[in-house]
Amino acid sequence: MANENAKNRYELNKELAQMLKGGVIMDVTTPEQARIAQEAGACAVMALERIPADIRAAGGVARMSDPKMIKGIQEAVTIPVMAKCRIGHFAEAQILEAIEIDYIDESEVLSPADDVYHIDKHKFSVPFVCGAKDLGEALRRINEGASMIRTKGEPGTGDVVQAVRHMRKMNSEMARLVSMREDELFQAAKELQVPYDLVLYVHENGKLPVVNFAAGGVATPADAALMMQLGAEGVFVGSGIFKSGNPAKRAAAIVKAVANFTDAKLIAELSEDLGEAMVGINEQEIELLMAERGK
Amino acid sequence: MKIGILAVQGAFAEHEQMLEQLGAEYIELRKCEDVRQSYDGLILPGGESTVQGKLMRELDMFDTIQSQIKNGMPVLATCAGAILLAQQLSNDAATHLATLPAVVRRNAYGRQLGSFSVDEQIEGIGTFPMRFIRAPYIEKVLDDTKVLAKVDGNIVMVENKNQLAMSFHPELTSDTRIHEMFLKKI
Repeated sequence: MANENAKNRYELNKELAQMLKGGVIMDVTTPEQARIAQEAGACAVMALERIPADIRAAGGVARMSDPKMIKGIQEAVTIPVMAKCRIGHFAEAQILEAIEIDYIDESEVLSPADDVYHIDKHKFSVPFVCGAKDLGEALRRINEGASMIRTKGEPGTGDVVQAVRHMRKMNSEMARLVSMREDELFQAAKELQVPYDLVLYVHENGKLPVVNFAAGGVATPADAALMMQLGAEGVFVGSGIFKSGNPAKRAAAIVKAVANFTDAKLIAELSEDLGEAMVGINEQEIELLMAERGK
Repeated sequence: MKIGILAVQGAFAEHEQMLEQLGAEYIELRKCEDVRQSYDGLILPGGESTVQGKLMRELDMFDTIQSQIKNGMPVLATCAGAILLAQQLSNDAATHLATLPAVVRRNAYGRQLGSFSVDEQIEGIGTFPMRFIRAPYIEKVLDDTKVLAKVDGNIVMVENKNQLAMSFHPELTSDTRIHEMFLKKI
């Protein structure tokens, strides 16, 4: 019975991610920003003390945000509120569950608390989203209990190149599994370091068993449209909004671009007069590759 | 027979799969040109009602969809869709299409930890697997709106002539009976 309950809870958690599809999840650091994000059409917000660009600039150890600050944001909006805990830091995750967060992001943006083990997410009732650079990583996180996956594009850079790389890699690896004979799947499971049943699921369905969003470096409506056309089911925007000249307008433009991601004429209109985009850093200029945290 | 599915945000693909199983055609409604096409029924899917309501307005679909419903086009609304239809929201000053005489409470079961599933009776259908995801419920029906299902005393499904609204998600199950009931209205 307990097992049945846990299984149903996991289904409900995957289903919440399904409801977020076609939407934009925005990083916010204050109740005021959360309200701006909701007004602009965010389908959820990620509450954190500093946006990734500032975490990167400040250096040092980045940890889970102050629960009081997260509660302030929960009170400010009616849409789901997510928050980040460090990779492997199950005590931070327990705190976030205690304040009834809607989704936990076990995130490489924060300093990892464990360089070997991720959190056993099956132990929790609240859902988890995790980052992945490739199919193996995505399926390992799902096996640990993640009910939503996102790319692991380099946060706080305004450079979309890594999110693109991860999405393309995942797509091509999934296409490869689909094309395989069934007797080849056992070897594929070994190579990907994941359980056979998840490999079989991808072989039969051509997609992950959970919703897959794009994250990292999305700064413009065009970036969002690019990720959607590459197969993302929705988009996280971190530093791109509140590090730009006109956050409310840019946020609303990205939301509309995601809803109509193949309509270039509309996206052209949306891209006009958005003010300054975040400055950004190129991949080659970065000293710390956060995507390499947790595999 | 063709169904227009509001496809600006949320779980619209799940409704499309349901209609495919039942052999009904559909189109996605994403912008104003789409709502000017001809179709015989509407689906308002689950997702975030604040996002869907805003995009429906800003992408110039709101007035057309509202008059289609007022003119009797059958509509199936699940979760966020029921919020879009409600004439009144008990915990939000804003309303959207406001065509359904009912008072709806948003996030009535709280946050994600309050999400649940249950098998309950629906009038005219029987026991149905209901999945509630950060769901609303219907606090009160107005005028001639009819209650079709209740869970723990709270109204979760109603009908008013051409409008069928529920706070749970039949599109997340493999049970097609509610979609069949909707298609019969056309």
